[in-house]
Amino acid sequence: MSLPRTWQRFLNETGELSRFTGRFFSQGFKPRYEISELLRQCYIIGYKSLPLVGLTGFIMGLVLTMQLRPSLISYGAESQLPAMVSIAVVREIGPVITALIFAGKIGSSIGAELGSMRVTEQIDAMEVSGTNPFKFLVVTRVLAATLMLPVLVLLSDAISLYGSYLGVNIKGVTSLDLFFKQVFDALSFDDFIPAFIKTYFFGFAVGIVGCFKGFNSKKGTEGVGRSANSAVVVSSVLIFILDLLAVQITDLFGLN
Amino acid sequence: MGKVQTIENMSIKKMPVEKVLVIEKLCKSFGDNHVLVDFDLELNKGENVAVLGKSGSGKSVLIKCIIGLLTPDRGRINVLGQNIDEMNIRELDEIRTKVGFLFQSNALYDSMTVRENLEFPLRRHWIKITVAETERKVIEVLNNVGLLHTVDMMPAELSGGMRKRIALARTLILDPEIILYDEPTTGLDPITAKGISNLIKEMGEKYNTSALIISHDMNCIRATSDKIVMLIDGRCYTTGTYEELKENKDPKVKQFFE
Repeated sequence: MSLPRTWQRFLNETGELSRFTGRFFSQGFKPRYEISELLRQCYIIGYKSLPLVGLTGFIMGLVLTMQLRPSLISYGAESQLPAMVSIAVVREIGPVITALIFAGKIGSSIGAELGSMRVTEQIDAMEVSGTNPFKFLVVTRVLAATLMLPVLVLLSDAISLYGSYLGVNIKGVTSLDLFFKQVFDALSFDDFIPAFIKTYFFGFAVGIVGCFKGFNSKKGTEGVGRSANSAVVVSSVLIFILDLLAVQITDLFGLN
Repeated sequence: MGKVQTIENMSIKKMPVEKVLVIEKLCKSFGDNHVLVDFDLELNKGENVAVLGKSGSGKSVLIKCIIGLLTPDRGRINVLGQNIDEMNIRELDEIRTKVGFLFQSNALYDSMTVRENLEFPLRRHWIKITVAETERKVIEVLNNVGLLHTVDMMPAELSGGMRKRIALARTLILDPEIILYDEPTTGLDPITAKGISNLIKEMGEKYNTSALIISHDMNCIRATSDKIVMLIDGRCYTTGTYEELKENKDPKVKQFFE
C-alpha cells in the first residue's frame, strides 16, 4: 500500500521546504551579517514594488466603494460606506490583495533570479568565492520580503482609502475631513494589529518559497520558468492558508 | 664512484618536487551511476595537467570534488598539504582563496558590472583591503587579459570570448596557487579558443600557478598542458605527454587523437 505519486511529491516538497526554512533560522541570525545586501534587497523588494502596490491599492478602494454603494443604499445605510470600506480594507482585503500582488511580482522575480543563478553556476561561483550563498542570497531576500510587505500593506491601505474617498465623491459629496473621521471612528487597534502582524507571515512565505524554488532550480532554462511559476502559485496558496489561520487565531483571542 | 654519488645526491637536492594536489582512490556515484572509481591524480607545483575524457565521463564532477562543491563517497583529496574532507567551512574558504576555478559557463554575476564581478571575491576574502588596492588589482588583472575597456560594462554586453577572459581575470585576482579550468574553450570558435588557450598558458607563467585543465578540446590540451591524464570509465586509464599518448595504439586512447 503506497501513496499515490502526487502525494509523495507533495510530501517530499513540503519536507524539503520545511528543512529549507529550518536552515534559514539556523544560519540567518549568525554572523557574518550581509547588511549592505539586505538594504539593497529592501530597496529592490520594497521601494520598487511601491508603484504597483499603490496603483492596485487605489483601484481596490475605488472599486470596493462603488460596488458596496448600491447594497448599502438598499439598506438605507449609505452613510456607513466609509466605515464599511475601511474595515474591509484594513482587516482583510488590503493585506491579502497586496500580498498576492507582492507574490506575483517578488515571488516570481526571486524564483527566476535565483533559478538562473543556479543553472548558470553563479551560486557555485559565489561559494567558491568564499561567500555562503544561502546567507548572501536567501537570508537577505527572505528578511527583506518579511520586513517590506507590512510597510507596503500600510501604504496600500492608506492609498486605498484615498481611492475610496474618490469613490464616495463620484455620486455624492463628502469632505476629506468627514470621510476620514468616519474611517477612524469605525477602526480600532483590534482591527489593525492582527491584520498588520499577519503581513509579516505573508512576506516571509513569499520570500522563503521564492528562494526555495529558485535555489533548488533544475533542468536548465525550463527549470527557471518552472521555479518562477511555482513560486507564485505556492506562495499565493500559502497566503490564503496563513490568512485562514490568522482569522482562527484572532477569533480565539476574541478580536473579531 | 664517489663522484657519481655526489652528482646523484646533487640532482636529488636540485629537483624537489612539491605536490600541490594529490587525489587518491577517489570514488563518486550518483545512484547506480559510478562516475569516479578509485581515481588517482597528482599535480606538481608549476605543472599544467589536463584531464581528458568524453562528455559525461565525470571530469566536472572531479573538479567540483576538488573545490568542495561536491562531497566524494570515498578517497582522499589533498590540496596544498591539507585534506579537503577534514576541513571545516572556514578552512575550506581559506583554501579556496588559493585555488581558482574557471567555470565552464563563466558564472559571471549578471546583475553586476565587470568591476563589481572582479571586486566581489576580493571584498569577500580580503575584508580589510583598501579601495585603492582593490582598484589597482582590478586594473592589473583586466590589463593582463586585455580587457581594461570593459571595466564598467555588464556581462551581457560582452562576447563569449570576452566573458571567458573576464572569468579568468576574476580567477586570477586572488593570486591563486592552483587554477582549475572546467572546459575553458567549450562553445568558442577555434580562433577565440586558441586565444584563450594561449592566455591560460601565458597567465600560468606570469602568476606562477599550477593548473588542472578539464577538457576534450585536443588543441587546447596540446597548447596548455605538460601532462595528460585520461579519464575513462571513471578511472585514470593512462597518463603521458600529448606526444606520448598520440603514439599510443590502444583504441580507447587513439579515438581522442583521430
